[in-house]
Amino acid sequence: MEDGTPGRAWYEIVAHVLKRHQVDLVTYVPDNVLRPLLELVHADPFFTAFAVAREEEGLGINAGAWMGGRRSILMMQTSGFATLANALASLTVPFQIPNLMLVSERGTMGEFNIGQQLVARTMRPVLNTLLIESHTLTRLDELEFILDRSIVQAVATQAPCCYILSPLLTGGKVFAA
Amino acid sequence: MAFPPNQPVSREQAKVMNRFDITKRMVALLRNEEAVIGGIGYTNFDLWGAGQRPQNFYMLGSMGLAVPIGMGVALAQPRRKVIALEGDGSILMELGSLATVAARKQKNLTVVIMDNGAYQITGGQTALTAEGADIVAIAKGCGLTQSAWAADESAFEEMIALSLREDGPWLIGCRIDSAKPVETTERDPPILKDRFMRGLGVKGS
Ligand SMILES: Cc1ncc(C[n+]2csc(CCOP(=O)(O)OP(=O)(O)O)c2C)c(N)n1
Repeated sequence: MEDGTPGRAWYEIVAHVLKRHQVDLVTYVPDNVLRPLLELVHADPFFTAFAVAREEEGLGINAGAWMGGRRSILMMQTSGFATLANALASLTVPFQIPNLMLVSERGTMGEFNIGQQLVARTMRPVLNTLLIESHTLTRLDELEFILDRSIVQAVATQAPCCYILSPLLTGGKVFAA
Repeated sequence: MAFPPNQPVSREQAKVMNRFDITKRMVALLRNEEAVIGGIGYTNFDLWGAGQRPQNFYMLGSMGLAVPIGMGVALAQPRRKVIALEGDGSILMELGSLATVAARKQKNLTVVIMDNGAYQITGGQTALTAEGADIVAIAKGCGLTQSAWAADESAFEEMIALSLREDGPWLIGCRIDSAKPVETTERDPPILKDRFMRGLGVKGS
């Protein structure tokens, strides 16, 4: 299995690396770009995947799961990340919980929705202010390495990590003019 | 399974109890290292006051997340029973989490709502529960069919015992008075987490 090599789609690589690190619980609020990844984890019995009502609910579930000995990831779009500041600042960061987050980046490179464009600008300042490690995923050839190493680091240092899924990698959502 | 049929049909009919008293009664019924998550507000202060068990988690600041955190622990450790204690103001902020618990049919999770009709810790401002929102009815509407108000203290004890014995998810609504909590939780998050993870056997003791 040549994961990380061209020929595998980004979502196949993500699912593969999550599996390798026993990240088997996926909570999410849906996003169109995430759709193939969500379909993949739903179809694979290794994963327990379900939608939650709010992103912070997913963060809470994942924090509880970590304390109970289970690894997980929360998937969402940028507008969803914008609802997380309080939960990150009161739960994830002070309790030193290695919450993994995957954010489908909206609001840039051809965005058509002005709300998405504005809310996207709040994401990196929040991550930086809370000193949360983040990686913008832009290249297929780097994807496996970044995910693999940073999951190891998150667990070892008990620190959260946020992956920003760039349109450069996924193609993003295209404005149908 | 279901709660016995003699439960109050509405919030108005439930006896107003005392949070510390019923928290102690609940803790006294724990025999199998059940996990207990204390929500924000006075709920976790009285859990702290009722005796610090290594299987207790005291959530600080993340209003509304006691049920999700409990759900996560329950997902990670399906053979351990988990109880999430949450204030009425807090659960009003995260009602969707009740639907998630119902949809997942989380067998090992019990939710206990401490309903004083107010945001007590921030000064006692009226909450929507005092103006007609019935958390048990809402829970049932979310699909949590095994939800009921506790008629009084002995009914509460019976309901807790039943929820620890039989498959959930369960939700127990408790009307409580406005007495102040007996103690204050120590605010040291990494230590609270470390003790909890050791209490759950995730980290070596
Ligand atoms: C998101 C958010 N909004 C507001 C607050 C402030 N706050 C902290 S506790 C609390 C009231 C909690 O009410 P309830 O859950 O009913 O518990 P009680 O104080 O009655 O024990 C509020 C409004 C907060 N911590 N987080």
